Amino acid sequence: MKLSTTTRTVAVSAALAGTLALTACGASNESSGTAASGGGSSASSAPQLSGTLVGAGSSAQQAAMQGWTAGYTTVQPGVTVNYDPVGSGGGRSQFLAGGTDFAGSDAALGDEELTQAQDRCGRGGVFELPDYISPIALVYNLPGVDDLNLAPATIAGIFTGAITSWNDPAITADNPDANLPSTPITAVHRSDKSGTTENFTDYLAAVAPDVWIGGAVQEWPVPSGEAGAQTSGLVAAVQSGEGAIGYADESQAGDLSVANVKVGSDYVAPSAEAAAAVVENSPKVSGRGEYDLAIELQRDTTGSGEYPIVLVSYHIGCIRYDNQDTAELAKSFFGYVVSEDGQQAAADAAGSAPISDTLREQAQGAVDAITAGS
Amino acid sequence: MSTSTSPAPATTSAGPLGSISQHRRLPRFGAAGIFAVGAAAGIMLSAVTGFALVLAAIYAVVLGTAGLHVGSRLLEGRRTAADRLVTALVRIAFALAMVPLVWLVWTVVSKGTARLDGAFFNQSMFGIANEGGGAYHAIMGTLIITAVTAVISVPVGLLTAIYLVEYGHGKLPKAINLLVDVMTGIPSIVAGLFAYALFSLFFGPGVRLGIAGAVALSVLMTPVVVRSAEEVFKLVPNELREASYALGVPKWRTIVKVVIPTAIAGLGTGITLAIARVIGETAPLLVTVGITAVTNLDPFNGRIATLPVFAYYQLTRPGVPPEFAVDRAWTAAFILIILVMALNVVARLISRFFAPKTGR
Amino acid sequence: MTTTSAPPPQPEPKRRVGDRVFAGSAKGAGILILVVLAGVAVFLVTEAWPAFTASPADLAGGEGVLSYVAPLVFGTLLAAVIALLIATPLAVAIALFITYYVPRRLAAGLGYVVDLLAAIPSIVYGFWGIAALAPALVPFYGWAERNLGFIPFFAGPASATGRTMLTAGLVLAVMILPIISAISREVFSQAPLLHREAALALGATRWEMITMAVLPYGKSGIIGGAMLGLGRALGETLAIALVLSISGGISFNLISNTNPGTIAANIALQFPESTGLDVNTLIASGLVLFVITLAVNMLARWVVNRRADFSGAN
Repeated sequence: MKLSTTTRTVAVSAALAGTLALTACGASNESSGTAASGGGSSASSAPQLSGTLVGAGSSAQQAAMQGWTAGYTTVQPGVTVNYDPVGSGGGRSQFLAGGTDFAGSDAALGDEELTQAQDRCGRGGVFELPDYISPIALVYNLPGVDDLNLAPATIAGIFTGAITSWNDPAITADNPDANLPSTPITAVHRSDKSGTTENFTDYLAAVAPDVWIGGAVQEWPVPSGEAGAQTSGLVAAVQSGEGAIGYADESQAGDLSVANVKVGSDYVAPSAEAAAAVVENSPKVSGRGEYDLAIELQRDTTGSGEYPIVLVSYHIGCIRYDNQDTAELAKSFFGYVVSEDGQQAAADAAGSAPISDTLREQAQGAVDAITAGS
Repeated sequence: MSTSTSPAPATTSAGPLGSISQHRRLPRFGAAGIFAVGAAAGIMLSAVTGFALVLAAIYAVVLGTAGLHVGSRLLEGRRTAADRLVTALVRIAFALAMVPLVWLVWTVVSKGTARLDGAFFNQSMFGIANEGGGAYHAIMGTLIITAVTAVISVPVGLLTAIYLVEYGHGKLPKAINLLVDVMTGIPSIVAGLFAYALFSLFFGPGVRLGIAGAVALSVLMTPVVVRSAEEVFKLVPNELREASYALGVPKWRTIVKVVIPTAIAGLGTGITLAIARVIGETAPLLVTVGITAVTNLDPFNGRIATLPVFAYYQLTRPGVPPEFAVDRAWTAAFILIILVMALNVVARLISRFFAPKTGR
Repeated sequence: MTTTSAPPPQPEPKRRVGDRVFAGSAKGAGILILVVLAGVAVFLVTEAWPAFTASPADLAGGEGVLSYVAPLVFGTLLAAVIALLIATPLAVAIALFITYYVPRRLAAGLGYVVDLLAAIPSIVYGFWGIAALAPALVPFYGWAERNLGFIPFFAGPASATGRTMLTAGLVLAVMILPIISAISREVFSQAPLLHREAALALGATRWEMITMAVLPYGKSGIIGGAMLGLGRALGETLAIALVLSISGGISFNLISNTNPGTIAANIALQFPESTGLDVNTLIASGLVLFVITLAVNMLARWVVNRRADFSGAN
């Protein structure tokens, strides 16, 4: 007698599920995952923790987060850190709603969100650690021109579409020695909403307010030019189009040329040190909690050796967690993230700029303050 | 019913529309010869103007077709020439459609085999920063979510189809019929947003569950199952049902023991194709299931990696240097195509081996 | 073969428990579909509502939800129409080729090969579009700008990357080709045998037979298939998001790098980083997309059903 299709399908699905359960001994690189047992509160100096820490947010951090989770595994093999790159806004709202343990965000919490954070974290408030710093490079594809200097107003002119060819007087004025061709400029921007766009437009709005009228926004405001989805799409567009210029994390520039940006009277190339320097020298946002390290980036800095087009991404979490285990996991994980090892792991994985020692001390202070109980 | 037409008798001279008194035919290889001459002229033309493979092919095909048309028109008359022209055009159209298919498969295969190694199948992305790693977690996740989707939408779809075909009188079935059509048209991303909102009502915002992805995919898959099951149920001859009733078998047993077994081949094919349709969906899973680097086999607890989402993120958000992640993305796409094609083969086999045995 | 939408009346008046349970669960499944669809509609409307009632200044673009959605609707329709214009003639030709120009033994295999195009996941099309198709089209766009620049569609400046509206339309065309061709094949193979053989017997060439006996019969089937393909093209998300260079605005220029976005791609690109009212706006655009695809699908169903009513085939 034939089985009905329903029973058949159910049987097949059940068989499939059974097979999965049998083969589900796990991926070969995860076998150490269950080694540690519970018991974080025992008084040993480096307790082996176990459990899962869940975060979500900035997609810019994703590559760095892979480096952190990979490195953290060697320290605490029993802990799983899940990071969902849903985007900064989504990460903040999920965290504030209690869906995740921490958020990764390209922007610090706004005033309204800080009030919500009172409900989420109680009176202890939140910590915000600016521990992912990535210089945003102006990448361009112009064969024969390896060295390019650009003043802020020129950059704004290129990206608004006012400057259309590479031998425009504004560009030649910055580069008296370069032999610039008359190739038309293709300005490439991100087609998706992104923290990179927000930081770049924030820079333009701060340094070239007369030319750049779009403000600091996540979604590209000028309806002209080429667009690419995500950083990789943008880089691919710049790579394939001669005369193209775009903005992307310096680490993703690949073999593209990178422009020097005029700061004060010098032209500065993006570098980890120059990016960390501008973050360290920028003031904290005033009127916030002790462990809220949100900073007010000095985009119009004139300090030598500072590169002002940087993306700073925060880790946002509670000072007090309701759950003892979560608090210990968070303390342990972020302790690793801000450590020299952790910052180096991110630099290897994502090409980010390690934070300065001063900033590390402040961040370590915030991490030490994480406790449990309400 | 024969689909291949018997060749038009060459001796027929008085057509219904034509005014051709004599119907000459080119010799057997004459047409091909004329085409070849035209094509050769095209290749020479492109050689004169600077050789490029694509351009040469276009010139050759255009000139070959034109030459065939003109030659046939001179030798065979207007009507046959038109017929030959259309034949050539139809063949060209088919060849043209094969270009993207072959190109696409070739692209994916050539880029996707770079990481087609053992590690890709038995490692996850747990603890992987740049090189190495695999998609074990994503392959498992895709299989689990697709299985859950099938468990939800196959019974619902089949029962709905039975309702529409076997109990289908009145206003309600008519309305459901219409709504199934509406459901077919739901864009996949809208289905994902719906499932996300539904689950965030119960679990709070930011929820990411395998089951939410399965629900989103079910919204897409159920109408496909309903439509295909409905088609095959309608093909079951009424005589079989009547014979069963005449023997005093109740209606529900008639459906379970007569109608469904008769239609089993079509049902199996339809369901397999419906699964193939949703297994590669990316957009709804992006917003409902999310991504994780570790293996999670529990659809009711936390994020699950799936193959399409894994491929999307590896391609669009690679680490440093990007090559490793991009290779993983292409290999994931390659595996996805293999999965879908395997499902299509399974569907063919089902329809062959389970075809109704009417002689029993 | 007889189609059975109306089974014979109940064999006996007494309803058994099994019958009632079975009929009830079948009905329940049908009602579940109704409920789910109502859920989708209710969710879309309630979530979109804040975007309609909010003050326009708070929304993205700052001019209200309609002026935010309008360019997206334009882009969605433009990409889908390009795809349709390219795919429909090709699909009909392929369907004719498979039904009437190759031996029957071969036809099934070839049909299967074309159907494989439909089975390839859309994200793979996106991968292929950016990695292979777009770069390959760059020389053509340059040529089109130089030689066809007088036509507004090809006014240029030609994109240096090939990620243009025309490329997106081509990718969509490849995706919907198998849908249209499958339905066309279906109706072509059902063209009345008597008509076809009569035409041939009267000395018609194969093409004349097709124009006389097959195409008039299959016309509404082709239209219906094209409409279903259009529905698929309208809702395509990630292939467009990956392939198209989206800058916003309304432009008929098909080969430049400044293109309007499509609704679905816009949702996929903007949703992850959106919060609050922006999410409502995106869902409102999803609602618009839902209504458009709904209208297209209804139209398709109506056209196809009309054919069924008037066909004297069976």
